[in-house]
Amino acid sequence: MSSVITRVKQKQIAQLIAKGKRLDNRSATDYREIKIEQGIIERAEGSARVLLGKTEVMVGTKIETGEPFPDTPNEGVLTVNAELVPLASSTFEPGPPDENSIELARIVDRGIRESKAIDLEKLCIEPGKKVLVVFVDVYVLNHDGNLIDASALAALAALINTKMPNYEIEEGEMKIKSGYTPLPIRKRPITVTFAKINEKLIVDPWLEEEQVMDARLSMAIDDDGNICAIQKGCSGSIAPNQILEAAKIAKEKAEEIRKKLEW
Amino acid sequence: MSQKSEKLIDKKGLRLDGRKPDELRQIKIEVGVLSNADGSAYIELGKNKILAAVFGPRELHPKHLALPDRMVLRCRYHMAPFSVQERKSPAPSRREIELSKVIRESLEPAIFLEYYPRTGIDVFVEVLQADGSTRCASITAASLALADAGIPMKDLVVACSAGKVDGTIVLDLMDTEDKMGEADLPVALMPNFNAVTLLQMDGNLSLEEFENALNLALEGCKKIYTMQKEALKAKYVGVKEEVEE
Amino acid sequence: MPTFFERRQLVTPGDLIAEGAYIAGENTYVEDNKIFASRIGIVEYENKKVNIVALRAFYIPRIEDIVIGTIVEVGFNGWTVDINAPYQAILRASDVLSRPFKPQKDDLSQVLNVGDLIVAKIIAYDRSHDPQLTVGEPGLGKITRGQIVKITPTKIPRVIGRKGSMISMIKQETGCQIILGVNGIILITGKTLEEEELAMMAIRKIDEESHTSGLTDRVTQMLKEEKKNMEENKE
Repeated sequence: MSSVITRVKQKQIAQLIAKGKRLDNRSATDYREIKIEQGIIERAEGSARVLLGKTEVMVGTKIETGEPFPDTPNEGVLTVNAELVPLASSTFEPGPPDENSIELARIVDRGIRESKAIDLEKLCIEPGKKVLVVFVDVYVLNHDGNLIDASALAALAALINTKMPNYEIEEGEMKIKSGYTPLPIRKRPITVTFAKINEKLIVDPWLEEEQVMDARLSMAIDDDGNICAIQKGCSGSIAPNQILEAAKIAKEKAEEIRKKLEW
Repeated sequence: MSQKSEKLIDKKGLRLDGRKPDELRQIKIEVGVLSNADGSAYIELGKNKILAAVFGPRELHPKHLALPDRMVLRCRYHMAPFSVQERKSPAPSRREIELSKVIRESLEPAIFLEYYPRTGIDVFVEVLQADGSTRCASITAASLALADAGIPMKDLVVACSAGKVDGTIVLDLMDTEDKMGEADLPVALMPNFNAVTLLQMDGNLSLEEFENALNLALEGCKKIYTMQKEALKAKYVGVKEEVEE
Repeated sequence: MPTFFERRQLVTPGDLIAEGAYIAGENTYVEDNKIFASRIGIVEYENKKVNIVALRAFYIPRIEDIVIGTIVEVGFNGWTVDINAPYQAILRASDVLSRPFKPQKDDLSQVLNVGDLIVAKIIAYDRSHDPQLTVGEPGLGKITRGQIVKITPTKIPRVIGRKGSMISMIKQETGCQIILGVNGIILITGKTLEEEELAMMAIRKIDEESHTSGLTDRVTQMLKEEKKNMEENKE
């Protein structure tokens, strides 16, 4: 099926939104149904699968040892990668990460990093020399809109599910012991994405809404209601008062979603 | 952002480079600096030195990239290996790829893309020396390069950053403040329409702090806009004054 | 019904020029009953019409325009021509050859080759197709001598001057033949290199000072002074 959206459909969506309605009967601030599963990939140190409507994202985490960054010698390393695998959409092509997957990875990364969700200092083995590196790999399996929120949620769920190996330092050498410790998670940042269509803001755009939006705005909110990351996307513009309105809505929605999570 | 022993704001409320919290760094802008590009501009924002060039509208190669009903804008943000403290590899980094995308998305709303279908415009930004807020300075320069190339635009696009440093909301972050501060908020604006075309943030801001920082950045944008327009007109104003006395 | 700029004032993209019962002319656009500039240029009012004479612009083809172009590719049944526009133009072999075209026998590069300059007229152009040229009219065809100057296309009217006053003066003072391509490319043919140089100097001056007044007088004066210098140098 072609990915081109018909003009008739575009008009239909725009007209509905002008009345505050959406094709699937959601209101402007409703999310689609969210389903989260954790621990599905045993080989990974942590994993999760999120279904946001029909958008499906899987995240696996792996833990390895490595060197810290020179300016943070006492901290572990977080690295996020995203893949828009071809089976997720007829518009995804095989190949090295393109600007969309790089942007997605960096947005998810910022939400986790800036909220200080992981207590990276607890991942330090030998200051300046050896730390634990947490690899977060975002795998988009089906694209039906709002990959950002689905990926951020799946990444958070996977991290909460992640277990680090126990170890001790014996004569300057790292020795793995038996048993695992959960990754030290301090905060649960939630990302809320808006689409601007015909001057109206709607939350959690699905695929066809994304195809007609002028601008996209994502905000990551931490447990204290503070904003820790923002990314405007697409080639349109947003008015400052709408940005501030979005921030208020994002704070409410993030709190709502966090309450629904069992962790 | 771990424990920092260095204070970014001193007892007098001044920043590391002596600026007040709401003060911009020194800015120098020149338009039409490259003879081969269709349009170009050079900007210095504090220690930042950035060159922007535009080629087009021209036919796109490969042809299948062209769109039948509008122009395609391509943008490449690139940092020279010697632009930063530790040599940066010339290969495009993930950061440069993301910045190329957000810069493109900040300029597109200002261009009448539907005027010239099947063509492309290439925007190249080279950061020769970096000191924080490079994407903002890049957008300011790229927008002038587009106007210099005679590309019809709705408005110029201007950009400026704000942030939080030692608990204080400040304007126009330099590199140390970006790395060691608590938040960085780059904003791009089409001033005549009060339309924000780039908005990113990383750090930690309450809703109130965010509103203050956003407003401060928008004020900064408007100040730089005046300089942008002057720089665009400078060549012509100079010649007119010279010959019409 | 206010206007916010006077005529001959310099404006930049996004500047609000007029509001209300005005007509949007060149290099402007309308939003919410307001007329804005879309390019850097000088404001001109033609009764209720607001025009911006752009100082920086590129050429967009129009049917009937006389242009000067360069052959950049010899194709199977025609040539691709660079006319200093976002779109390349096509010159069909059938337009140039007076007899039926035989692809097997005729070598088009013998007629016109890459690098050749032509004066041509645009006979077809629309949003979905590249412009098409003809050289089949008097005054058109391959250029064999002379020099080329490139200026911003919007300044061609300035080179012509009011009722042709500027261009006639230059032709007279320099003794050169001058063909003005609407696409901003100008062909100068003189009897000597010095004459051609004089004409080029005049055109470059117009390019730089097109937004100022009293230009015709200054160009005339410059040409007279340069001619005197040249003669003095000869002695």
